[in-house]
Amino acid sequence: MPATPTHVPEPSRTDPALIRNFCIIAHIDHGKSTLADRMLQLTGVVEQRQMRAQYLDRMDIERERGITIKSQAVRLPWAPTTGDGAGTTHVLNMIDTPGHVDFTYEVSRSLAACEGTILLVDAAQGIEAQTLANLYLALENDLTIIPVLNKIDLPAAQPEKYAAELAHIIGCDPSEVLKVSAKTGVGVAELLDKVVAEVPAPVGKADAPARAMIFDSVYDSYRGVVTYVKVVDGKLSRRERIQMMSTGAAHELLEIGVSSPEMTASDGLGVGEVGYLITGVKDVRQSKVGDTVTQLHKGATEPLGGYKDPKPMVFSGLYPLDGSDYPELRDALDKLQLNDAALVYEPETSAALGFGFRVGFLGLLHLDVIRERLEREFGLDLIATAPNVIYRVIMEDGSEHTVTNPSEFPTGKIAEVYEPVVRATVLAPSEFVGAIMELCQSRRGSLLGMDYLSEDRVELRYTLPLAEIVFDFFDQLKSKTRGYASLDYEPTGEQTSELVKVDILLHGDKVDAFSAILHKDKAYAYGVRMAGKLRELIPRQQFEVPIQAAIGSRVIARETVRAIRKDVLAKCYGGDISRKRKLLEKQKEGKKRMKMVGAVEVPQEAFIAALSTDEGDSKSKK
Amino acid sequence: MPSVLPDGEPVPHDGSLPADALAGAADRPLGFYLHVPYCATRCGYCDFNTYTANELRGSGGALASRDNYAQTLVEEVRLARKVLGDDPRPVETVFVGGGTPTLLRAADLGRMLAAIREEFGLADGAEITTEANPESVDPEYLGELRASGFNRVSFGMQSARQHVLKILDRTHTPGRPEACVGEARAAGFEHVNLDLIYGTPGESDEDWQASLDAAIAAGPDHVSAYALIVEEGTQLARRIRRGEIPMTDDDVHADRYLMAEETLSRAGFGWYEVSNWATSQPGRCRHNELYWRGADWWGAGPGAHSHVGGVRWWNVKHPGAYAQALAEGRSPGAGREILSAEDRRVERILLELRLSDGCPLDLLAPAGARAAARHVADGLLEAGPYEAGRAVLTLRGRLLADAVVRDLVD
Repeated sequence: MPATPTHVPEPSRTDPALIRNFCIIAHIDHGKSTLADRMLQLTGVVEQRQMRAQYLDRMDIERERGITIKSQAVRLPWAPTTGDGAGTTHVLNMIDTPGHVDFTYEVSRSLAACEGTILLVDAAQGIEAQTLANLYLALENDLTIIPVLNKIDLPAAQPEKYAAELAHIIGCDPSEVLKVSAKTGVGVAELLDKVVAEVPAPVGKADAPARAMIFDSVYDSYRGVVTYVKVVDGKLSRRERIQMMSTGAAHELLEIGVSSPEMTASDGLGVGEVGYLITGVKDVRQSKVGDTVTQLHKGATEPLGGYKDPKPMVFSGLYPLDGSDYPELRDALDKLQLNDAALVYEPETSAALGFGFRVGFLGLLHLDVIRERLEREFGLDLIATAPNVIYRVIMEDGSEHTVTNPSEFPTGKIAEVYEPVVRATVLAPSEFVGAIMELCQSRRGSLLGMDYLSEDRVELRYTLPLAEIVFDFFDQLKSKTRGYASLDYEPTGEQTSELVKVDILLHGDKVDAFSAILHKDKAYAYGVRMAGKLRELIPRQQFEVPIQAAIGSRVIARETVRAIRKDVLAKCYGGDISRKRKLLEKQKEGKKRMKMVGAVEVPQEAFIAALSTDEGDSKSKK
Repeated sequence: MPSVLPDGEPVPHDGSLPADALAGAADRPLGFYLHVPYCATRCGYCDFNTYTANELRGSGGALASRDNYAQTLVEEVRLARKVLGDDPRPVETVFVGGGTPTLLRAADLGRMLAAIREEFGLADGAEITTEANPESVDPEYLGELRASGFNRVSFGMQSARQHVLKILDRTHTPGRPEACVGEARAAGFEHVNLDLIYGTPGESDEDWQASLDAAIAAGPDHVSAYALIVEEGTQLARRIRRGEIPMTDDDVHADRYLMAEETLSRAGFGWYEVSNWATSQPGRCRHNELYWRGADWWGAGPGAHSHVGGVRWWNVKHPGAYAQALAEGRSPGAGREILSAEDRRVERILLELRLSDGCPLDLLAPAGARAAARHVADGLLEAGPYEAGRAVLTLRGRLLADAVVRDLVD
């Protein structure tokens, strides 16, 4: 292992020609974090004894799921032993990218901060759909691609096969694909040398007004918001007044510096440098990914391109199981929002579930992660309604409604309903093509194209309504392909569809939590399934309870909960009275927890069970 | 009596009651329940506090055996006398239950009754009942009981069908309980009850009709008919859980109850409590009415519950521990609760609503009163008595009594 490089250039005084900004594109589990760990060790920024696995992943959930949600940038000194730069200490900024489909925009901003990327692929598994999608993003950003196969130490590794696949995809020679083992460290030094040799140095105007692009912002409870930037032009200096160009908001730079990997303050950041800013703001929405930072005085007039406001794609109602936890849920969402500019929510009330929030997410993983964090970090027990997408409803009178909650779907004469669509990419072994096509067809998909990546691996491209994939599509895809398929999608717009709202009525009263917007061909099946499910779950009442599924006033399915005929204890003598009274007290408590839908008492458990997916049940049986 | 005791506060060693428990006692009747915790075999559905061993010892060596049990119980009657002090009330009702009281010698049951007579005196026309197992009595035994002062006997018939009795683990032969009624009449018992159970797994409507018909034909003046309760921890519950025996549907229970009501009323029996029918006012079980009307009763024997003036307590369950306490001059009380005014109001509603007289509407809080009006409209409460200020269950209401109670106590 090389000794720690000497004559390390200092931040704000680094020659852009010595800077290499790169990221690592990889699928979950393909070893990105392990490779990053190895780079930290090899460049000496983290001492051996301080090393812990996946050093850069800070959140417990990330560590447990082995995925990275928030990216970071680390400044690594590296003096290559080979090539033109041999012996000269360079500065490598490794920008960690989020690994999941929901965070495509954040990924695109991270990529925009780089000039090159390591395309890291598991030598036993080959490239996956998300990796491919991110690779295309990198190519769009004109990044230099360094293809790398990881885990070559595994017995199941097929480096020749997957080197050929990678070479085919990016159009290089298979011999150019580096082979490393992040676990053992084999090939990592050579990889760093190659980064120096192949990734172009950043280019910017040193004497222009400063323009720095925000590629990440993280809330830290001690320091407030930490904003990660890449300086494109000019220079940012400490104690300077800065401005966010999207909003015009001005802040004082309390601290500026680099991560190596602990935060280290510096005098400033110059052209091509990557580092962090602290301004004392408390909310990441004031420091938006993609925004341009400049000086307040004599600042730039043109922002860098590519900024977008995060837009939630998937909505779900989150309700505390215990209604008295509502304030805790609100506080928890407030806290999470400090660190998650894409999280939006507003209070809503459900007759069935009480007080809760309609929460918007970037996608399914985002929803999962937020829900899990709420439950784990804040100790909340939650009920989530089935996720839905945003619909745009045009009425015959020309008025327009945006629907984020199915129960708010307008009544009256509807001219057209628009739903969001995505371009989905599925990669899988070719033997599963039939099963995947069948699944996509059943989800109203239309095939855009199909390519063989290698002899036995296929890429399928579909246009699918987002609504068809938010619920259980991924689970279905996995189960139909024995876990081999990978999925990526990106929103591509909207389409009109023949959509209807299906209401579920108990004894004539609508249960808002079960209203759903569906394609008309699927409404009947949903109605039958929900009515049947509820018949099993709703306890018998003193009267007969009809359960109906209806589109408007048209009933499409009906079930009946028979009236209870016997609810009396046969014996009540001297020794039974205390027990009976105590039972009564307990039953009264239970009665308080019942939700009233009109005159029907429904235990909360019935709602929870009805909202859970059938697939969830079958999963536990496997 | 179910075998699980409630939670409560401790009972004082001498069993003494709070001073105000006897306030106004003169206006309340006093009864005695005597528990006999022995059975020849345990029935699969039974979770009562009963034992098949003949001898059970306490931790200090005190012995509770079938042979000395009457003496042990007499000790508690004497304790009752001390606790109730100069309460002048004679005893209106005595009820010996179990277990199987008739596993004891008739003379032993007589001794227990004699102790009550000695310590408290029996009121004129007092009702003195014992439960009896059809296989453990004969004309001679019944004659002895009658001679010692018993005037009412209750036989556990359960069913007229062999296959039903077998599921219940009842060992008597069909026909024997009906014969017992005649033997009891011959011995001079004025009041005779038959207990029936409906809804046993495997019982058909026809089986149940046959049981009702056989019971009526035997000529008792009282019939109790209970839906089979599958109690946790019983053999029957285990067999149902294992799927050996099907669980009876509640709707079947409802149908059988309606059959009982129809058959019994046609035969001249009138309901006076959800599960009890009698041919006349004097045929009703006055002892059980004490429970349902919040009167005072002393329950003697292991696990027995007592109630005096809003204080309810219960004895230790194990016969050995029970005998041990009495041998050491301590109260065998295991725990007690002092009922609040609200507890007593709730208990009055839940007990009195089960009676054909119903409960007075002025017991109800505003929410309960609104529920009562609703249930008149629903057909669960009778309109006539409601106008007269009482909540009385209709036939359909009787089957939903617990649901009505839950609404009325609000």
